[in-house]
Amino acid sequence: MIAWKKPAAAALLLALAACAQPAPPVTQPAVIDPYASAGGGALYQGDLAGGTLGTEATAQYFNDTVGNTVLFAANQTTLTAEARGILARQAQWLNTHANFNAVVQGHAEETGTREYNLALGARRASAVQEYLIAQGVGSDRVRTLSFGKERPREVCSDEACYAKNRRAVTVVSPAGAGS
Amino acid sequence: MLRTLTLTLSMTLAAATATALPALAQDGPLKIELTDGVSEPMAITLPAFHGDAEVAGRIRDVVAADLTGTGLFREIPRDAQVARPGSFGEAIAYEDWRAVDAQALVSAEVTQSGDAISVKFRLFDVYAGQAQGDRMQFDARASDWRRAAHKIADQIYARLTGEQPYFDSRVAFVQETGPKDARIKRIGVMDYDGQNILWMTDSSSLVLAPQFSRDGRRLVYTSFDSGFPQIRVMEVATVASRALTQDTNSMAFSPRFSPDGRSIVFSREQGGNTDIWLMDAASGAQRPLVQSPAIDTAPSFSPDGQRIVFESDRSGNPQLYIVGVNGGEPTRISFGDGRYGSPAWSPKGDLIAFTKQVGDRFHIATMRTDGSAEKTLTESFLDESPTWAPNGRVVMFTRVTPGGNGQPRLHSVDITGRNMRPLSLDFAASDPSWGPLMP
Repeated sequence: MIAWKKPAAAALLLALAACAQPAPPVTQPAVIDPYASAGGGALYQGDLAGGTLGTEATAQYFNDTVGNTVLFAANQTTLTAEARGILARQAQWLNTHANFNAVVQGHAEETGTREYNLALGARRASAVQEYLIAQGVGSDRVRTLSFGKERPREVCSDEACYAKNRRAVTVVSPAGAGS
Repeated sequence: MLRTLTLTLSMTLAAATATALPALAQDGPLKIELTDGVSEPMAITLPAFHGDAEVAGRIRDVVAADLTGTGLFREIPRDAQVARPGSFGEAIAYEDWRAVDAQALVSAEVTQSGDAISVKFRLFDVYAGQAQGDRMQFDARASDWRRAAHKIADQIYARLTGEQPYFDSRVAFVQETGPKDARIKRIGVMDYDGQNILWMTDSSSLVLAPQFSRDGRRLVYTSFDSGFPQIRVMEVATVASRALTQDTNSMAFSPRFSPDGRSIVFSREQGGNTDIWLMDAASGAQRPLVQSPAIDTAPSFSPDGQRIVFESDRSGNPQLYIVGVNGGEPTRISFGDGRYGSPAWSPKGDLIAFTKQVGDRFHIATMRTDGSAEKTLTESFLDESPTWAPNGRVVMFTRVTPGGNGQPRLHSVDITGRNMRPLSLDFAASDPSWGPLMP
């Protein structure tokens, strides 16, 4: 996922104001960034063609409110009831926000060999992908990827951490954002 | 990046002293029997090498470290050493060395001329009172003094054990830095003892499990530099690399070369399922070797190139299987409790080393290729990724410590399970691949 910051217009104006010499002639109207908030720190989410600019149409809303992560039991790739509940919400959001695509990243806990965990993470990601497709999300909108045990969310070496690391994370980004 | 070495090797037959004294302690030549039983290390002495004192001292210390590092030799304490001969060619005072219980004696002379060094050495059987093997001379560039030392240690090891040596060899590995949840990895190549490190990749993308070709000229590895696990191959000498797989709907990982270097066996994932595939190393053309609904991964060639051992969970949990290079039904070879993975076929062909998880403990272990004679070599929180020394006598592997500050470290262990030791590195590292004995 790539989140572009667009402070360019404000920075240009600041640069011009700070310049001691007369400003060069302005040949075009100053660009007004529609996504620049008062603080200038809004995330540019791409051109939301056909969508709305509501707060739901953001990756942050998806991550925080819909829920981007489902967990798995040790060495398992089947979806729990809780996971299916989260994925149903993910599918609903993706079906509403058709301009977003998703990459499902599968992960495994640190116990287990590197090679097996890469394969295990792929299975977990694929289980999520299949569920989303079954819920109506276009198959061309959901890709998968496994990090095996390379990117744990929690770093302790106890079941409390392992349980959170056996996961599949759905990463959404606007179509064409290069994901 | 890597220099071509001109280690020439000229042999001169031992002088007539070979028959000067009768054998006292044994009938045959001095020899360490490598068995599973507990054996006393052989007492060896390396009096200060003759010649240019500074480089001679460095070379002597590396030879001594190579030999004692095997656990098969102990060096006679230097303060117990009797007066060395006045010159390289002078007769050995065997009686004096017997008095301090030395069994083997190394005599050497190092001469340096500009950028060139020349090392002559001889090995003596103290109790037999005679030279063991020929006098040899190694010529090298001064900057390659470590290789000259490893070559001498290799000669001594081979003469005294009857085994092929392994000191003049290199290991590819992955350096790990940064926090555990955002690890930065890069591939390096070093001498087998952790010296002369060369960095082969930068830190910009996640890289995993480099594997040497048998000639040591190429590395094949898994890279996330496209954002997606794919296989790359690198020429070690130039550090030039290229992608061998580029299908962004199909992960490719855990590659290894065939012994002839023409093929690469690897794991390929499609639709969540991982199988074993073969690829032509030149053209990139691929064909499936093992296909099942189970996870099939971590393949490793037999040294004759005819068979492949791999890990599969088709029985319900990961076990080891062997399949012919032309396919067919795989044969399961592991049947013990626990989970078996990351098998590596010994270059001698006789054994397979692997990772075994039993409960919450990990082991490096070996078995014969028919699955018999399983032998556990190590135990810890997390041991994995064994790789073989070129002579099939030593296994190097990754040991990871637990916890948020846990780190991987490279260790080695003899196939008897003795002489477990960490490699001397001042950084965390994983995924070793032990290259060939260099010519």
